[in-house]
Amino acid sequence: METTLIAIGTKKGLWLATSTDRQNWTLSQPHHLMSEIPSVGIDTRNGKTRILVGMMDWHWGPAVVYSDDLGATWSEPEQGAIKFAESDETALGRIWQLQPDSEDRPGVVWAGCEPISVWKSTDGGQHFELNRGLWDHPHRSEWGAGFGGAAAHTVIPSPLDDTVHVAMSTGGVYRSTDGGQSWEPRNKGISAYFMPDPNPEFGQCVHKIARDSENPQRLYAQNHHGVYRSDDGAETWESIADGLPADFGFVMLTHPRRGGTAWVIPLKADGERIPPDARLAVHRTDDAGATWSRLDNGLPSAEFNAVLRDAASVDTADPVGVYFGTRGGSVYASADEGESFTEVAAHLPDVLCVRAAVVVGSPAPVGTQ
Amino acid sequence: MSPVTVLIPTLLRPLVEDRSLVEIPLAASAPVSAVLDTLADGRPVLARRIRDETGALRRYVNVYVDGEDVRRADGLSTLVTPGSEVMIIQSVAGG
Repeated sequence: METTLIAIGTKKGLWLATSTDRQNWTLSQPHHLMSEIPSVGIDTRNGKTRILVGMMDWHWGPAVVYSDDLGATWSEPEQGAIKFAESDETALGRIWQLQPDSEDRPGVVWAGCEPISVWKSTDGGQHFELNRGLWDHPHRSEWGAGFGGAAAHTVIPSPLDDTVHVAMSTGGVYRSTDGGQSWEPRNKGISAYFMPDPNPEFGQCVHKIARDSENPQRLYAQNHHGVYRSDDGAETWESIADGLPADFGFVMLTHPRRGGTAWVIPLKADGERIPPDARLAVHRTDDAGATWSRLDNGLPSAEFNAVLRDAASVDTADPVGVYFGTRGGSVYASADEGESFTEVAAHLPDVLCVRAAVVVGSPAPVGTQ
Repeated sequence: MSPVTVLIPTLLRPLVEDRSLVEIPLAASAPVSAVLDTLADGRPVLARRIRDETGALRRYVNVYVDGEDVRRADGLSTLVTPGSEVMIIQSVAGG
């Protein structure tokens, strides 16, 4: 049986929602109740499903845990999956991103963390190695902290070659073309209006980047003001914000198969940080940002909560499902690429991350409600 | 040799075979960090819950030696004597 799974990480635990028709959802009881869940990855490679969770317990610290049985049981690697060496003289603060690599790199999972660091696992997320190329980068002392902390929050490896793009707040986009040995800033064309030089080499406050599925050289970026596209692997960026009600937001999603399709969720900023006029909507482009369609069918008529950078996801079904959650604890699902939404959950704690995937097997037996 | 009694908070008890206290043999005065080292020996998950990888006590974990908060004493260098009681407790933080 094919089931669609949504993993919903919140400020106070993880919820799993499952559906066989993407219309009617069954919501689990909370997992890891009272732990903040800033990152989730669903690894469906090799016909298996592993849910990777980056937990943050304010008392007991951060940890990566995983489940291979849709949440029935959880494991924590005995020695800790992500740990700095004693010689690094720092401690892991928060796991912002857990990103399985492509199908032909089974076992490879990337992590983006606070303090600003990128990690790579080759054993499915049980043990990660610090990327020394980025850790020892000469720009490090000049990278800053966004409101949520200083983190590498997005890691997107290219399925084609050894290129990896990383987005950090604040620092901007960095690219490696040698699998992470060396890194260069790639922010030309992206404004940093909040800095004395509004066009610096790095220092931009990028909120999210996503790669086009058909053209790996094409990327999209949602910045702290500014929505951009690059057609040359991030060498240069151009604005694609025209047609959006606001150029601020946190989310950037791309279609898993169709090039040129991306979704954003605009917020008004800097003064308000709510959906423009409190009218929550997803916007989709099917022409790489030349035009945008407003999609709000099924969404509330008034919504004053923001949608955070990782609180949105697509699945791989056809048509593609689009999912997101708000800081007000509502989660919405669309089974038709955003044309219409249904409410999956309401009144959860602040939603920090959402990931969705088509999985094989029955929904988790852990107490459904 | 009078052991040190380490009181374990409820949430960490699954990591010490569900015990509420663990006795650590101690022949002579030693810093509380050494007691924590012994407690965590063979229990790496417990070690990470209490201290981060730099060895620092996690911000919202409190350790008391005979009723005194080590942060108000010599931190993890605070001396523990045989027969002392070490209490590990999560601070009242959160919302």
